[in-house]
Amino acid sequence: MAVTVRIPTPLQEFTQQQDAVEIAGADVKEVLANLDGRFAGIGQRLYDEEGKLRRFVNIYVNQEDIRFLQGEGTAVSDGDEVSIVPAIAGGL
Amino acid sequence: MSLHHPRAGLPDEAPPASVNASTARMSDKSVLAGSSALIVGVGGLGCPAALALAAEGVGRVGLADHDAVTLDNLARQILHRTEDIGRLKVDSGADSIFRLSSEVAVDKIPQRLTRENAARIIAPYDVIVDGSDNLAAKLALNDACAAAGKPWVMGGVLRFFGQILTILPGRSACLRCLVGEEGAGARGLDCGDAGVFGAVAGFVGMAQAADALRVLRGLPPAWSNRLMTADLWKNTVGSVRVAQDPDCPACALAGSGQTKIPARRGALV
Ligand SMILES: [Zn+2]
Repeated sequence: MAVTVRIPTPLQEFTQQQDAVEIAGADVKEVLANLDGRFAGIGQRLYDEEGKLRRFVNIYVNQEDIRFLQGEGTAVSDGDEVSIVPAIAGGL
Repeated sequence: MSLHHPRAGLPDEAPPASVNASTARMSDKSVLAGSSALIVGVGGLGCPAALALAAEGVGRVGLADHDAVTLDNLARQILHRTEDIGRLKVDSGADSIFRLSSEVAVDKIPQRLTRENAARIIAPYDVIVDGSDNLAAKLALNDACAAAGKPWVMGGVLRFFGQILTILPGRSACLRCLVGEEGAGARGLDCGDAGVFGAVAGFVGMAQAADALRVLRGLPPAWSNRLMTADLWKNTVGSVRVAQDPDCPACALAGSGQTKIPARRGALV
């Protein structure tokens, strides 16, 4: 079971500049844990100190916000696309 | 003038009759000349946005920025020139717009937009274009626009990456729907950390102006309930759907005239 995880530009420093990686997992939580297992450091940018997904990091499964699905418990299946979309604040 | 009612007499979705710039300006003149836009932050996003709005014939453009021009600004802040270094960005920006078109009235607001002054600064304008460089300013703008019912076009850039979300208060997802409560961990990714590719700022600023012009013409914005994401390194543009958060305090207050946003339930950080 593998899904395509789309990595936004600001986080590609953790993925050797890859904008998409194949990661295994049955739900979003597992996929993100496996992502951090493979690319150390990326989890810290996604989760806060208490292990909660940072609010400004938005996770989409097939373009649908997981907050309107089952959150991190949203099940994924082969070929699904998980996108990480952080809000960026720069304008300078 | 209320922007909650599409202006009458405009063909829906019809592009200008000609690609010729002067013809396009003529056809929109009556609508745009009576309209106004505020640019918050006269930097990498605000400069191209202000230029596009003034060139298109928007009658009044407000420039809000407390900062002065520095050498490293010049690469992407296209209203400013070498001889402007040290001048206030609002002075330099106003001069540039005046050189482009003496018909545009420019308001200079040499202040940093804050939670305290946001309502007063945005009040005279029909649409607000966000060119601020930090999440706190964007959230202050979000909440003030929600309370006042003002449409605004958020922009963000980082390295080669850009985003746009246009917010019609009470009717489409707002920045708080997207990022939640302001807090230590919700700082977002500021561009100061990593720099900005000049072309992405120009691209995003111009696209923000285009959506602001759609709002002024009474057309549905391209980027409401949909976050535009651009990567100017790979040169790709995409988008993701953003839905209104039923618990969003800013959306709940949209148009109510209240400015106090209560703490988000179960705030994340
Ligand atoms: Zn909202």
